[in-house]
Formats: sequence, structure tokens, C-alpha cells
Amino acid sequence: MRADLEIIQDWIPAGSRVLDLGCGTGELLASLRDHKQVSGYGLEIDPDNIAQCVAKGVNVIEQDLDQGLGNFASNSFDVVVMTQALQAVEYPDRILDEMLRVGRQCIITFPNFGHWRCRWYLATKGRMPVSDFMPYTWYNTPNIHFCTFEDFEALCSERRAQVLDRLAVDHLHRHGWAGKLWPNLLGEIGIYRVSSPGLAEHKVAV
Amino acid sequence: MSTVFPEDSVGLVTPQLAQFDQPLALACGRSLATYELIYETYGTLNSAASNAVLICHALSGHHHAAGYHSPTDRKPGWWDSCIGPGKPIDTNRFFVVSLNNLGGCNGSTGPSSINPATGKPYGADFPVLTVEDWVHSQARLADRLGIQQWAAVVGGSLGGMQALQWTITYPDRVRHCLDIASAPKLSAQNIAFNEVARQAILTDPEFHGGSFQDQGVIPKRGLMLARMVGHITYLSDDSMGEKFGRELKSDKLNYDFHSVEFQVESYLRYQGEEFSGRFDANTYLLMTKALDYFDPAAAHGGDLAATLANVTADYCVMSFTTDWRFSPARSREIVDALIAARKNVCYLDIDSPYGHDAFLIPTPRYITGFSNYMNRIVC
Repeated sequence: MRADLEIIQDWIPAGSRVLDLGCGTGELLASLRDHKQVSGYGLEIDPDNIAQCVAKGVNVIEQDLDQGLGNFASNSFDVVVMTQALQAVEYPDRILDEMLRVGRQCIITFPNFGHWRCRWYLATKGRMPVSDFMPYTWYNTPNIHFCTFEDFEALCSERRAQVLDRLAVDHLHRHGWAGKLWPNLLGEIGIYRVSSPGLAEHKVAV
Repeated sequence: MSTVFPEDSVGLVTPQLAQFDQPLALACGRSLATYELIYETYGTLNSAASNAVLICHALSGHHHAAGYHSPTDRKPGWWDSCIGPGKPIDTNRFFVVSLNNLGGCNGSTGPSSINPATGKPYGADFPVLTVEDWVHSQARLADRLGIQQWAAVVGGSLGGMQALQWTITYPDRVRHCLDIASAPKLSAQNIAFNEVARQAILTDPEFHGGSFQDQGVIPKRGLMLARMVGHITYLSDDSMGEKFGRELKSDKLNYDFHSVEFQVESYLRYQGEEFSGRFDANTYLLMTKALDYFDPAAAHGGDLAATLANVTADYCVMSFTTDWRFSPARSREIVDALIAARKNVCYLDIDSPYGHDAFLIPTPRYITGFSNYMNRIVC
């Protein structure tokens, strides 16, 4: 399983009800179902991914995140997950609001544009960073809203969402001393657990 | 003529008749003392009887869903693209049952059958049936075949409504429901189209209040018009444009009202003409009423999620992007209710140019999604 999904899996309590936004091939939901008695749904728009979810027996709903989560009731899920999609949605702030409305807790992962390699690339070449990890050129990238860890945390604080956990990892999802020391400079991917404003923190077995 | 059928065909099939002598109580308050259902089966029922799949047909459908009745048949059954060895409903794994609904005109008891009480065709005296009545009659067929629980009930359009109703009426007798290009109830626009179709039939002088068989005639014009208006709703603007555009039959305009000038006119007339020769007018009226009346949530104050609270089946809901008869939004109503009721559901909105008819057309993405869902069903 993808390394970030392994980490997220540990953050989700057994028996939870989970909504996975941009669930890909359904790997996380299938694993949570098989190992932690988790039930829930995944939203996806890619036809091949959806077909794979169906084959795995994952509850996949073809739904575009940019249309919002209006069809999901408030506080109807224990955890709402969104991995590597925040930077690709049309309104990251609105989707965060929606996630906080629908779930008691949210787990969000996204690439850190404040990582030193991005800064170095931009500073020395004066061009938008292109790497193996973020291989797109600026004009054809699905990633339309890059942010840094600092930016994301500012948004959370503006929305009065509480950051419960934060893990900065490298592109292989290893979390070592560097990410702890100076996450916004040395972390490539952020894995955040945030809770809805006004909701008491739910104890999560990690 | 070659007698070799395609490898992925169920091949030669023979319809069977089941006679039922226990009265069937109907939603309208009347009952049918005796009735017959005609059906076909494909594949083999396993010893645990756990691999049975029920096919529910749409408005003008019937029991002949797959295979051929004779080596000289030009075309196979109406859903042959999805039923057969290696197809989404794989007859190597599943035992498939496909019937002609009660009230139909293809061999099951319906308005054109002889009423044993009078010795004459039922005609207008045949009771108006509901989707739930059909489900009860299908449950008796399941009993007859030794099927306690369907692995899946599958249907498109009106057939999808039956599949959904099965999971509500007999929650412990269905493990999976495939509800394709369907809706939880008709909209005012849907009912309006049905009413135009009905008026076309009812006002045909040859209809004779439904007793046209006694007069030895058929309300051909009315049926033809009903089919023409119905057919428009099965196609998309795109597919009609692609197929006919504004193409003319000859290269000049006639400046009159009776010539068939545009290709689309010719096509619709042909469809209507062909249909009026093979379908019973009273059955058409009955089918449109069953559609109009279908509204399982009505019993729960319109709350579909509450209606689905006790269902135990898993669902696969599929819609098609250009379907405007039962648009994707209608399928999403079902999906949203299932989510609110915390049921297992997959929802696929398949990109297809073919409108409502897309559920009959083997678009690759549709076939893959359909197959993947069926393949995960444990028998």
C-alpha cells in the first residue's frame, strides 16, 4: 500500500465511518474494511479508478469534489479523508469547509510547495518547479492550488479548525528528523489531522 | 443460414410457461385468480440455489433477453450484449431468469389473453398493475424455481424500478440490486410524456374502449403515435443529430404536410409502424400506469432513505450522461438515499452519447463496470 495511506490507516480508529475524497483505486477503504472494520464511501471521477474500486467491493460514488458534498449530511462520518487532492480542486477552502461539516475529523495530505527543493528551483532557475514527484509543467498541471504547510495551517486557523496531528514526510513518505526539525522547509508531503470547530477532540488510537 | 451462434452467446433457448393457480391479490384491490408467466433461463442453477439472477424488463421488453429462438433468427434477445458466457451477467457463473411481466403481451397473462371467466380476451377489464404487484408475481416464480434468494436482481429503466422494489418488498430475498438508468419515481415531465402516449391510444377510434380485439381491429395509429413520442425520449439530441441531422429523403422540399421529408420522420414512422404490429395497446397503457404509480417512498412521506432503512442488499446504480428521460440526477436521488440509509452502494455515471437507450448498448466503460460488479458477487 502507498506509504501515506499506511500512515493514515493508523490514524483511523477501528469501526469508524469514513468518507474518502478522491479515493483512487479504493486501496485505503478496502484495507480499512479488511483490517479495521471500517465502513464508508469513496468519491472518485476517474473511470479506471472507479472500475477498480467496484472490483474491490469498495463503495465508490462517481462524484466531482468541485460540486461539493451537498449530498452528505453534517457530522455523518467519523473521518473524512482527502489524499493528494487539495491542490487539484477548484476551491480548496470550500472543500475544507465541507469536510469539516461532514466529518468529525479530517485527514488531509498534500505536497508542500515550501519544500527547499521547490524554493531552490524557483530561486535559481526562475521557473516553476518540475520534478519526478511533481512532473507537470505549469500550463498542463492538474495541481492548480499549491500551498505550503504554513499556508494550510493559516487556512485551518481562519476556519477555526484544530490541527490535531501533523506529519511532514519526504516523497517516499518517510518521516525522519528533518521533517520534525523544520517541516515547512524540509517536508515534502504534509499529513494533517484536523477536527471541526466546536467539536471536542475525539481520542484516536494511533 | 449458419446455425453456429457466437461463442459468447447462450445459444438456442426455449421459453417455458409457469401456471399459477393461487389468486394474486393486487394493489388496485382486485385479484387475478389464475395466471401464467412465460420465462427463459440461461446457465445452470447451482446446488445451493445461490447463483440466480433475475432480469426485469422495461416498458416494451419481454422474457427473451438473450440467445436465439431459432437458428434463423436475425437478432438475439434484447439484452444479449450483457448476458452470456464471459459477458457482464456471465452465464458460466450465474443462473439467469428472465420473464415477461404479468400484463405483458409476449406470452404472460395480460389484457390480450383469454379471461377464463368469460372465454373472451380481458381487454380493458384487465386490472391495472403496479411495480409491487410484479415483484409479488416474480417472487412466486422464484418459489417455483426453488430460488429462495436472488444473488442479484437486475434491471434498466422500468426494470430498475422493479429491482429497487424487490429490495424493499423482499429485503431478505435479494443480495445485490443493479439499478440502471432508472429513477425512484417519475417526474411531472415523465408522466406528461406517458399521458400523451396514452391519449394517442385512447382517442384512436379503433381502440373501442379497450375491446378492440372483440371487434377484430387494433388501434394502430394510436400505438404508433405512442411509440413515436416514447422513442424520442429514449434517444439523446446528440444521437438523433448524429444519426439523422436534418438529412432529407430526397434532395428537395415538397412544401406540403403529408410527405415524409426528413430522415428522422421516416425513422420514427418506421419504429411506430413496426411497434404497432407487435405490441398490445392495453399492455402499453398498463405499463405506462405502472411507471406513473411507482413511488416506493410515498409510503414513508416521500422519504426514500426511510423507505430503504430495512433493505439488506448491496446496490450498483448506473446512469448515462445524455439520458434525459431518467437523467443521472434521478439515479443520484437513489444513491443519496442509500448513503443516508448507510447502505452499500456503487454509483457510476457513464459517459455515453446514446441517451436512455444507452443501457442496452455495450459501451466499454459500462461493460467493464457492470462486469466488475457482477464478478464480485459471491455465489
